[in-house]
Amino acid sequence: MISLDHVSVSFGGLKAVNNVSFDIPSGRITGLIGPNGAGKTTLFNAIAGHVPVTSGRVLLEGADITKLKPHERAALGLARTFQIPHEFSRLSVLENFMAAAAAPLGENVLNVVFRRSRFLAEEEAVTRAARQTVRFLELDRVSDEKAGNLSGGQKKLLELGRALMRAPKIVLLDEICAGINRTLLAKIADKIKELNTGRQLTFCLIEHDLDYVSKLCDNVVVMAQGEVLTRGSAAEVRRDERVIEAYFGGGKYEGRA
Amino acid sequence: MEWTGLFFYLVSFLIASGIYAILCLALNIQWGMGGLFNAGIAGFFAVGAYASAIMTTAPSDKHLGGFGMPVPVGLVAAAVLAGLAGWAVAKICVRLKSDYLAMASIGIAEILRLVIVNAERVTNGSLGIAGIPRPFDGWVQGRAADLLFLGFVWVIVAAAYVVSQRLHDSPWGRTLRAIRDNEAAARAAGKDVERFRLQTFVIGCAIMGVAGGLTAHEFKFLSPAATEPLMVTFLVWVMLMAGGSGNNKGAIAGGLGIWAIWSMTEILTNQLLPPEWITRSSYIRILLIGLLLQFVLQKFRSGLIPEASPPIRFKGD
Ligand SMILES: Nc1ncnc2c1ncn2[C@@H]1O[C@H](COP(=O)(O)OP(=O)(O)OP(=O)(O)O)[C@@H](O)[C@H]1O
Ligand SMILES: [Mg+2]
Repeated sequence: MISLDHVSVSFGGLKAVNNVSFDIPSGRITGLIGPNGAGKTTLFNAIAGHVPVTSGRVLLEGADITKLKPHERAALGLARTFQIPHEFSRLSVLENFMAAAAAPLGENVLNVVFRRSRFLAEEEAVTRAARQTVRFLELDRVSDEKAGNLSGGQKKLLELGRALMRAPKIVLLDEICAGINRTLLAKIADKIKELNTGRQLTFCLIEHDLDYVSKLCDNVVVMAQGEVLTRGSAAEVRRDERVIEAYFGGGKYEGRA
Repeated sequence: MEWTGLFFYLVSFLIASGIYAILCLALNIQWGMGGLFNAGIAGFFAVGAYASAIMTTAPSDKHLGGFGMPVPVGLVAAAVLAGLAGWAVAKICVRLKSDYLAMASIGIAEILRLVIVNAERVTNGSLGIAGIPRPFDGWVQGRAADLLFLGFVWVIVAAAYVVSQRLHDSPWGRTLRAIRDNEAAARAAGKDVERFRLQTFVIGCAIMGVAGGLTAHEFKFLSPAATEPLMVTFLVWVMLMAGGSGNNKGAIAGGLGIWAIWSMTEILTNQLLPPEWITRSSYIRILLIGLLLQFVLQKFRSGLIPEASPPIRFKGD
């Protein structure tokens, strides 16, 4: 479980995230929705350690991780994707997946120069997992292509695949579905459900498609203007006046009263 | 007579270009694989050159030591001291983004070189260190010794190549290239970016130090003039860009090819230019080399032998 305890993030004078507190409960699929600029991505960045919080705390299973570096949070089982794809552009698709995996033996510089037999088994397992990920995301045809040459949708799939290669406990997915075709979308939704029920993975996903969110998420948090507007089941949230206002009210929303 | 002259011109050409090949491999680890912009190659090269010279010369009252050690010991000292210098610089600078790292490394390398010039008790200042031995000195004399030294240099080129290949083709190298391509995503994938950069910088600088040491043994004499940034930093960058940044074979090809062209431009400028210009000919040669690099990069954007992903070792299902 991730707990946010009065988290704020400011950029200069702009309060992108303002005093946000909520939990991402373990073993569930939590949706995070809200209009453009609501602060959703910034909140993910704060959870994963990519931007410092101005105030407040981030807790993982009760432990304060606010001061940890991103790679230390990743080592605790936290994985995230980026809304704007952050591919390793000059690595092939397969290599992108392999690079995302944990490989402590093969990343030891003495091993790779002097004791090369030590990481072979690990590397074989990494290769196998990467190939499975390629196949699952239907990227077989571009497996050896440099990731920088992929299409926008393919780069989104790459983001998802890298997060899954981490064998994580908690996965933060930032608009993973934008620009991906329908059949593959359904397949990804099935996979998320399967990982959630089968392996008890915790998900938090940002999406703008409310139908997709309703289908997947058992609870939904709504953000607007850096603050949490409301939370509840997808159906509850969709009926909420303030949510409708925030999404369709075109700036009339004055929730700061 | 003509032919033996040409033959030994070729020998000294291959010695010098072998040393450049080592420098290119080192820069390729730092920049080609790691994306670290080291603009201070000459500084680490100088540390290695003086370390090996002082370790291997006979005792002298003109400079520190010498300690009369065998050449391989000198080269190990060169690697260790240059690596330590690289470690110190990396500790201060690797957090910096690439353009700032470039500026910082130029500055620090120049400081290193100035210290060397001015620390007369240690280095004998601008008068330099004489009587630097070569390996196998007692065994053979004269031109046969040149041949033997040529072999020695290229054995080290081969060793540097093997190490570079192992680094490149390994999970370590893959992670390093991932960090180069996207730092934030590498962090999100659990990679300790600072650790990888520190290792990369130290390894590269240590190899640059070995190249510096070899240069001292090549000329048997070392003065600050041998560590000119123009001849070290600038030329090595041109070589790597032209040969193929990210590719170890490209690095070696760039070292050989650009050194061949550089040597030919010397003949050209010495024959064609009016005598009063010849003293300034190196600037004209730089201009020529710069133009050549422009041309190469127009035709081959990633250099002559571009970066390629290593083969995947396991077919696996
Ligand atoms: N690095 C940054 N520097 C300055 N301002 C930033 C930075 N990152 C985000 N912001 C600002 O913070 C606010 C929230 O941005 P954020 O990306 O979190 O929104 P979002 O909810 O993810 O929106 P979208 O649905 O469009 O992705 C925006 O006004 C944005 O301009
Ligand atoms: Mg966003």
